[in-house]
Amino acid sequence: MKQKYDVVVIGSGPGGLAAAIAAKRAGAHDVLIIERDVELGGILQQCIHNGFGVESLKRDLTGPGYAQRFINEAQALNVEVLLDSMVLEITPERHIIACGKEAGLVELDARAVVLAMGCRERTRAQIRIPGTRPAGVYTAGTAQRWVNIEGYMPGKRFVILGSGDIGMIMARRLTFEGATVERMLEIMPFITGLNRNYVQCLLDFNIPLQLSHTVKRVLGSKRVEAVEAVQVDERWQPIAGTEEIIPCDTLLLSVGLIPENELSRQMGVKIDPLTGGPYVDDGFQTGMPGVFAAGNVVHVYDLVDWVTEAGLIAGRSAAEFALGKRPHPSADEKTCRTKASENVRYVVPQRVNAEALTQRPVKLQLRVLHPIEEPVWVEARNGDDLIARQAERYARPGEMLSLDLPQKAYDAVRRAETLTVNVVRRRA
Amino acid sequence: MRQYDVLIIGAGVIGCMIARWLSRYELRILLIEREADVGMGASSANSAIVHAGYDPPPGTLKAITNVRGNAMWDDLAGELNIPFDRRGDYVVAVGAEELPALEQLMEQGRRNGVPGMSLISGAEMLRREPNLNPLTSGALWAASGGLCDPFAVTIAAAENAVQNGVTLLTETAFEAFVPGGIQTNRGVFGCRWVINAAGLNADAVMHHAGVRPEFRITPRRGEYAVLDRAEITIRNVLFPVPSAKGKGILVTATVHGNAIVGPNAQDIDDKEDRATTAEGLDEIWRGAHKLIPALNPRHTIATFAGLRACGNARCQTTGVNYDHDFVIEIPKPGFINLGGIDSPGLTAAPAIAERVVDLLKDAGLELKPRRDWNPIRPAPPRFCNLSTAQKAELIRRDPRYGRVVCRCEMVTEGEIVAAIHSPVPARTYDALKRRTWLGTGRCLGAFDMPRVVDILARELGIPPTQVTKKGPGSEFLVRETKSWDEANTDSHSVGAYEAKV
Repeated sequence: MKQKYDVVVIGSGPGGLAAAIAAKRAGAHDVLIIERDVELGGILQQCIHNGFGVESLKRDLTGPGYAQRFINEAQALNVEVLLDSMVLEITPERHIIACGKEAGLVELDARAVVLAMGCRERTRAQIRIPGTRPAGVYTAGTAQRWVNIEGYMPGKRFVILGSGDIGMIMARRLTFEGATVERMLEIMPFITGLNRNYVQCLLDFNIPLQLSHTVKRVLGSKRVEAVEAVQVDERWQPIAGTEEIIPCDTLLLSVGLIPENELSRQMGVKIDPLTGGPYVDDGFQTGMPGVFAAGNVVHVYDLVDWVTEAGLIAGRSAAEFALGKRPHPSADEKTCRTKASENVRYVVPQRVNAEALTQRPVKLQLRVLHPIEEPVWVEARNGDDLIARQAERYARPGEMLSLDLPQKAYDAVRRAETLTVNVVRRRA
Repeated sequence: MRQYDVLIIGAGVIGCMIARWLSRYELRILLIEREADVGMGASSANSAIVHAGYDPPPGTLKAITNVRGNAMWDDLAGELNIPFDRRGDYVVAVGAEELPALEQLMEQGRRNGVPGMSLISGAEMLRREPNLNPLTSGALWAASGGLCDPFAVTIAAAENAVQNGVTLLTETAFEAFVPGGIQTNRGVFGCRWVINAAGLNADAVMHHAGVRPEFRITPRRGEYAVLDRAEITIRNVLFPVPSAKGKGILVTATVHGNAIVGPNAQDIDDKEDRATTAEGLDEIWRGAHKLIPALNPRHTIATFAGLRACGNARCQTTGVNYDHDFVIEIPKPGFINLGGIDSPGLTAAPAIAERVVDLLKDAGLELKPRRDWNPIRPAPPRFCNLSTAQKAELIRRDPRYGRVVCRCEMVTEGEIVAAIHSPVPARTYDALKRRTWLGTGRCLGAFDMPRVVDILARELGIPPTQVTKKGPGSEFLVRETKSWDEANTDSHSVGAYEAKV
C-alpha cells in the first residue's frame, strides 16, 4: 500500500472496474480500488443469469463472466486492490479513511477519487407497506444473494412486489429452485423492468403478473403468512373492494433502486434530487474538484454495458485531473445546463462543457416519465433551436435512452445556457 | 425442583430493573421471559423519552414514580453505561386556544414536584425550533426531560442483574401457580416470592393468583415513523398539548439522531397485534404536521407499532379520581403484583424497582447486601463513536472490528460477535438489532441480513436455516438450494438460553 495514489476508486462493480482500467489507460500511475466485499465485481457476482455485455461486447455473458473480463484487465494493468474494506470517510481534500479485517485501519490520499458505490434497493418503509414485521420480507437483491452466493432458499411460496429487473429475474430463479411464485404485483400500469425479462422470466414460466396492483399490508407475526393485494386507481390509491389475501411465506420487494451516496453526502458532494446521485459534468466530475462518479452511483442504469461506458469516461477524467490535465469545475467556466423537459424524468450529465465537444461527442442519458409505444424523437434544444435529435422506436420508463451531442454542435452548445431535452411522438 | 427466593415473571424493563435492584442482596433470583430475548413486549417499542413528570395527575403512583424515576436516571445511565441525554422537553401550544392548557400542566407539574419548568413565548419557542408551526403560541419547558436508548436500558439492566448472580431463562412462559412455586413450559420452579412483571399479560397472571378479578389490561397500540437523519434533524423533544387519550403525537429527536413521530393511541383486543395500519400512519402524520408542517413522510426509513399495557386500576390516594394508575402492591403473602405499567413506565422503572425492594423489606424478607455487588455494567465498544486512533487500536486488538457489516449504522462484526456472547446473549437478528442498532438505517438491513445470519450461525454453531429473526417460527431461510428433502426443511428452535454466572 502506498500513502498517495493518483486515482482511488471506491467500489469494484462494473463502474468501478471500468474507471480503474480507464484511469490506467489514460496514464495514471498508481490506481487503487477499495472494495467492501471479499472479491471484486460487486453485485455482478450474484447476477448469475445471462444477458450481460450484449450491447457493448456483442456477447451474452453471465454477471460473473462479464465481471471477470474486466477483473483480468485491471490485474493486467497492475491496478491495486484493497478487498474486504469499507471506506469510513473521505474529506474534501480527498484524504481517505478505510478499515478492514485484514487491512486494519488504513489512511491514504488521492489526487482524484472515483465514487463507484453503485446503488441499493428501495425498502418496505419507503413504499409504506403497513402490517406486521415478520421474517420473510426481503428485497429481491438480498434474496438473490442468499440463493446465488450463500446457497439458501429464503422461502417456499413467494409474492413479488414490483416488476423491476431483479424481481423478474428472481421470479425465474426461484422457480428453477423449486419454489412457487404465486404472483408478481406492479403498482404502475406497465412493467418497470426490461421487456426481454418480462418475456424470458415471467411469460416463459407462467408467472402471473397483475399491473396496477400493490400490497396493502403484510400478515403473520413471526413469519409472513400472507399479503393483502389490492388494485389501485390512476393516482395509485387502493380501490375498495378489490382486496385479495394471497397466502405466501415470503414477500420480495423489487420496487426500485437508489444510488448509494452516503459517502458522497458525508463529504459534501451535492446530490440531484431527481437522480439521487451527484450532479456531474460531461466527464462525470461532481461539484467537488477531483471527485468523480461512475455508474449507478450517478443514476440507475438499465444495462451493465452503459455502466461500463460511464465508468470508462469517469476513470479517464479522473486520470486527467490527477495528471493536471483537467480543470477544476468552477462557476465562471462556460458550461451549460441540461434540463429534463417534455416526458423526461431526468438527464445526465447535468452540466456540459462545450470544450468537451472539441475532443469527442458527449452522450446524454435520460429516462422518460411515461411509456410511448410508437416512434419518438429524443431531442435537445436551446429554446426553439434544435441542437441534436435521435429517433427511437418507442420510449419506456424501464429502458434508458441516450442522445449524442455531436462535435459539430460545439458552437450551439457554447451559445446555450440551457439544453432542454424532450421525448416526443415522431408524428407530432 | 429448583428453588429460588424470588421469581420474577417477565423480563421487560420493569422485570429487568427489579432483578437488577434485588441483585444487590443475598437472594437466589430467577427471571423468566416467554420470548427469545428480554424487552420484546411494551419495552421494545416506545418514544424513548424519560418524562419530566408533569403529565400524570398529582397523587397517583404514576406521578410519584415518574418524578422519582426521572431523578434516578443520571445514576442509572452512568452505572449501566447506556445512552441518556437530559436535553429537556417542550409542550408546544398551537394557537391561542391551547395556551391555558400549558399553565394547567405547569401547575400539575409543580404539584408533582417536577423541577426546572418554565413557560416561554411562541416567538422564543420558534427561535429554538424554527421548523415549528408558525402559529405556535407558547410552550412549557421542562429541563428534566430526557432521551434514552429504550432497548439498551432493559438489556443493560438484565446484563447487570445476570452479572450479579440473577438467573435469566428465556422462552420460559408462566402457566400456573402451584404450591410453593410456579408451573412453566419448562417445569416447576419453587420460590418464596413471585413478582408479576408480565406487562401486557399481567392481568392474566394476577387472575391466576386470585387477585383483582376486575383488573383488565387493554392493549393500546401506538404507531411510529422513524425519519432519515440525512434528510431532517429535529433537535428537541416536542409534545403537543395533551388530550384525554394521552400525551398526543409528538415529534422528537432520538439519541441516534433520527427524528421519530408518533404515537397514536388505539385500544385493541389482541395483545400480539403490533401491525401498523394505513389509517394509523395517516393519523400520526396529521399529528406531526400540526407541530412541524414541513416534515416529509417520504423521509420515513421505518415504521413500527408498540402496545402499551393500559390498566384500569383506581388510584388508591384519597380524593384522586383516576382510573388508570399503576398497580404496585402485595395483595397476598409471597406475591408482588404489578400491573397497568404503561407510560411513564420506562421513566419510572428504577423508582418502581426501588419501591418493590421496600415492599419486600416491609413484608419481612431478609435483605442482606452482597459484598461483591457490582453496579457497573461495562458497555461494549461502539465502533462508530470512536476516534480514528481508537478505531485503529480496537482493530489491532480484534480484527473483527475492522469488518463493517451494517453500512448505514456502521456496525462491525466485532460488535455483533460481542453481543452474541454478552451476559444476556443475543441469539436472534432482532436481539442483535436492539443491542447494536444494525439494520435500523435506511437500507433496513438489506445489506447486512445475509451476513448477520451467517455470523449468528457460525457463533451459535447452528445451520443458517435455524437462525431466526425473533425466536422459533421466524426463521429467515427454509432450506439449502438444490435440496428437495422436505423432511429436512422443518424449522427447529435455536433453543432457549440460560444466562447465569
